[in-house]
Amino acid sequence: MTFAFDLILCLMILGTAAIALFVRDALAAIAFFIAFGNLMGLAWLGLDAVNVALAEIAIGAGVTGVLLILARARLLALGDAATSTGSPLLLRLGALAACAGFVVLLAAAVLSIPPESGLDRVVAPLMPGLGIENRVTGVLLAFRAYDTLLESFVLLGALVAVWSLAPAGAWPGRPADPGMADAPMRRVAGTFGQLLLPVALVMAAYLVWAGSDLPGGAFQAGTVLAGGLLVAGMGGTIGLPSSDQPLLRAALVLGPVVFLAIGLAGVAAGGLLVYPAGLAKALIVTIEYTLFLSIGVTLALLVAGPPMPGASDPDPEGKG
Amino acid sequence: MDLPLPVLLSTGHLYAVTGAALVGLGLYAFITLRHPLRQLLAVNVVGAGIFLILGGLGRGPDATDPFPQALVITGIVVAVALTAFGAAMIVRQAQTRAAAKPAADDNENPAP
Amino acid sequence: MSWIDLAVLALLGAGLAFYAAGSLGFLRFPDTASRLHALTKADNLGLGLVALAAAIYGGSLAVAAKIALVWLFAVIAAGTTSQLLARRARLDEARLDDADSAPDGGLR
Repeated sequence: MTFAFDLILCLMILGTAAIALFVRDALAAIAFFIAFGNLMGLAWLGLDAVNVALAEIAIGAGVTGVLLILARARLLALGDAATSTGSPLLLRLGALAACAGFVVLLAAAVLSIPPESGLDRVVAPLMPGLGIENRVTGVLLAFRAYDTLLESFVLLGALVAVWSLAPAGAWPGRPADPGMADAPMRRVAGTFGQLLLPVALVMAAYLVWAGSDLPGGAFQAGTVLAGGLLVAGMGGTIGLPSSDQPLLRAALVLGPVVFLAIGLAGVAAGGLLVYPAGLAKALIVTIEYTLFLSIGVTLALLVAGPPMPGASDPDPEGKG
Repeated sequence: MDLPLPVLLSTGHLYAVTGAALVGLGLYAFITLRHPLRQLLAVNVVGAGIFLILGGLGRGPDATDPFPQALVITGIVVAVALTAFGAAMIVRQAQTRAAAKPAADDNENPAP
Repeated sequence: MSWIDLAVLALLGAGLAFYAAGSLGFLRFPDTASRLHALTKADNLGLGLVALAAAIYGGSLAVAAKIALVWLFAVIAAGTTSQLLARRARLDEARLDDADSAPDGGLR
């Protein structure tokens, strides 16, 4: 892409970020934040990082956007409009000076480092040994698999933290219904959810499979699954699961546990998270498929929030 | 179709400097904004800026370093987990405050 | 410049024109219903033309089929959200009417 395009894109990113941060109305702020996330995705395309672009648009703009809109709606129901209020002039001036100075320092530091893709040359000759072609997937699940393993547990820990915010007496229970209160709206959303959920499953499975050689992978696929589950939940197609359902708990821990088990089994082949020669691709794909399921369910439940009193749904069919 | 614009920065530096500016913008907003939900948005902007610095500095002349890419994907997922926890905490705090108000109806579930 | 390049440019240009018109209408029209009307033009025709250009530019049937699927689900999603937005706007209007009928007879 040309320099002019990159420059305009960078200015638009800064502009949407500034509006998202400083506009008075909370819903407008979130709308601009979603636009900001999508432009960030374009920036990652400009950097030739398609894997990151997918993750940024799906998670950074999509899931975070839904999360914030839902939080804003719940605050609004409590009489809190989350409008931005001004702070004292002295504080603003001080913060402005400090942050401007910090940006200058940071920019100078950044400019003193020449951009280079040195590790790409290190990774490239190692890829045939894994049997996959997507180098980012290679880094995530082989060369730095330790980080990804820990991260899958971080995500689980975040859900436990969110669940621990459940009010007394609400545990074990369902999250507050994110669905539409108005019956015709619920029917429209429900039809869309019925259509979308199976498509999201197929698409997510494809994204994991494609992620071995092309851009894609477990995180992007998990987000697609989470999106399908959330739309289906909003339209009442599936009921939100109670937090103590055994099947749900199994789906949450399946990915991290399988990852950990394969990692530990690697000790027999030479060390933690070492894949035996020839089996690397099979093991990576196994980890990714279980991980994507867990990530999808975890993300959907993170957005739905902690169990709430009175959120009991007679429909016990939803398994998450 | 290159526009006759002088190329002042390499692509990688351009995005990395944009990331630095985003970090400053987000920090300023975090300090001056009062509502916790808006501060959560500011934290997300700071995070996006840091990701852009990582990605921009990994942008070589013919390829982008896969290590920062993988780090950023990990970071994006951790950021959404943090945002979810923050949002849940903000909503919970507002619920507790609403329940503690004396004017509110007394049959509300008392918060711990 | 081959015929294919020309077709891609023409389709892209027409699609962007619809997007521009739709965005302009979205910004300038007075109420939710007419803003939705403007947006559907951008969503349906603009996206369709741009997707068609991309499919031709892609040059293979597999790519074209994938883009067609993207277009299909974007259109379904747009239709669904338009329904929801319109319904919400009607509900809000009804609520405003109720509120106004009490003091001085519905002057909004």
